[in-house]
Amino acid sequence: MKVVLIVDDSTVIRKVAGKIVRELGFETLEAADGRLALDQCEKRMPDAVLLDWNMPVMDGLDFLRELRKMPGGDVPQVLFCTTENDMNHIQRALEEGANEYIMKPFDSEIIEDKFRQVGLL
Amino acid sequence: MQPENLDFIAKFLKDRSGLVVTADKGYLLDSRLTPLARKRAIKDVDSLVQQLRTGRDAELERAVVEAMTTNESFFFRDGKPFDQFRDNVLPALMQARATRKSFRIWCAAASSGQEPYTIAMILKEQAAKLAGWKVEIVGTDISHDILDRAKKGVYSQFEVQRGLPIQMLVKYFKKKDELWQIDDSLRAMVDYRHHNLLQDLKSLGKFDVVFCRNVLIYFDQPTKTRVLDGIAAQMPADGWLYLGGAETVLGLTERFKPVATQRGVYSLTGAPAKV
Ligand SMILES: C[S@@+](CC[C@H](N)C(=O)[O-])C[C@H]1O[C@@H](n2cnc3c(N)ncnc32)[C@H](O)[C@@H]1O
Repeated sequence: MKVVLIVDDSTVIRKVAGKIVRELGFETLEAADGRLALDQCEKRMPDAVLLDWNMPVMDGLDFLRELRKMPGGDVPQVLFCTTENDMNHIQRALEEGANEYIMKPFDSEIIEDKFRQVGLL
Repeated sequence: MQPENLDFIAKFLKDRSGLVVTADKGYLLDSRLTPLARKRAIKDVDSLVQQLRTGRDAELERAVVEAMTTNESFFFRDGKPFDQFRDNVLPALMQARATRKSFRIWCAAASSGQEPYTIAMILKEQAAKLAGWKVEIVGTDISHDILDRAKKGVYSQFEVQRGLPIQMLVKYFKKKDELWQIDDSLRAMVDYRHHNLLQDLKSLGKFDVVFCRNVLIYFDQPTKTRVLDGIAAQMPADGWLYLGGAETVLGLTERFKPVATQRGVYSLTGAPAKV
């Protein structure tokens, strides 16, 4: 089963997104900030990361930069999932190696659609 | 709704737009026509149908037809047909039209524009290969209101997240407040016209590729056959037809045959229309 790491400082979002992702047939892991997410990736590199932008300790963009430098860190499909919904943020995310970008609020259909876009489904 | 009003409106809709309102879809009449009645300060749906029955309120007739249309659409809907169009049909078409250097594409139920703009984006991505070509995209729909939306090319955050790859959003849209505006260069590629599929299609001319997706589902069998045969008459012998995921030509017409291994794509058989 493919593994999706859900990174968000909101437990509610992690819960809601986690349920949607598991219903799509994935195993999920969770992390509350970018630093904890990197620790997770060191233990076990996920197939995909659903990534919030604004988080304490380490934000999503810094996490992404660090991830892409790690051995095997080029493998996971990274999908931002954030309230930052302006062109600047989207472009920066893509430049740093994000594969897709979800603007909150999201629903199961958007997640399914985007997972399909990046070839996870 | 009173039974005689129900009978009247069911027949009215079938004659005007082809829409079949089956008994289990009766609730749709209420949910769609109640807001319309309110907007016109008409007491309720029954009174609205009474007004319709006078046959003297053309404006109301149009509004009722439009209110009953289902306009849901997505960019790159179902994905695969558009990959297939880009990878198979487009190269074949460019080879077949190499001397003329022109072709025409028709979206026969264009709705709010996602389908014609999807095609425009695909063509735009191939701009280098298509340099010097004249390509026309015509989008038609029975609903004036939805065509106005299509022409504006403004979409909600939800709409641009269904089917549209993020790279395409960045490339072809601009953010305007909380909405997303499609690029003028894409808007200029699509010619939107009001047209009812039940009416004569000849005035639209011939089309090399026809997208008639997710509209036949609302029609009964004889209407589907009539529309498919009408479309066939507007296509050259080597044209292609795309239908929606839940639609087929099988059992409806001999004019089209499925293209092997490519779901949703049909080519002409050369058989004459049954009429
Ligand atoms: C569900 S949308 C399909 C949009 C798009 N083709 C797609 O697949 O996403 C159906 C559209 O068909 C239009 N329609 C319904 N009856 C029609 C008719 N008789 N002639 C032309 N358009 C019609 C409706 O107004 C609506 O916009």
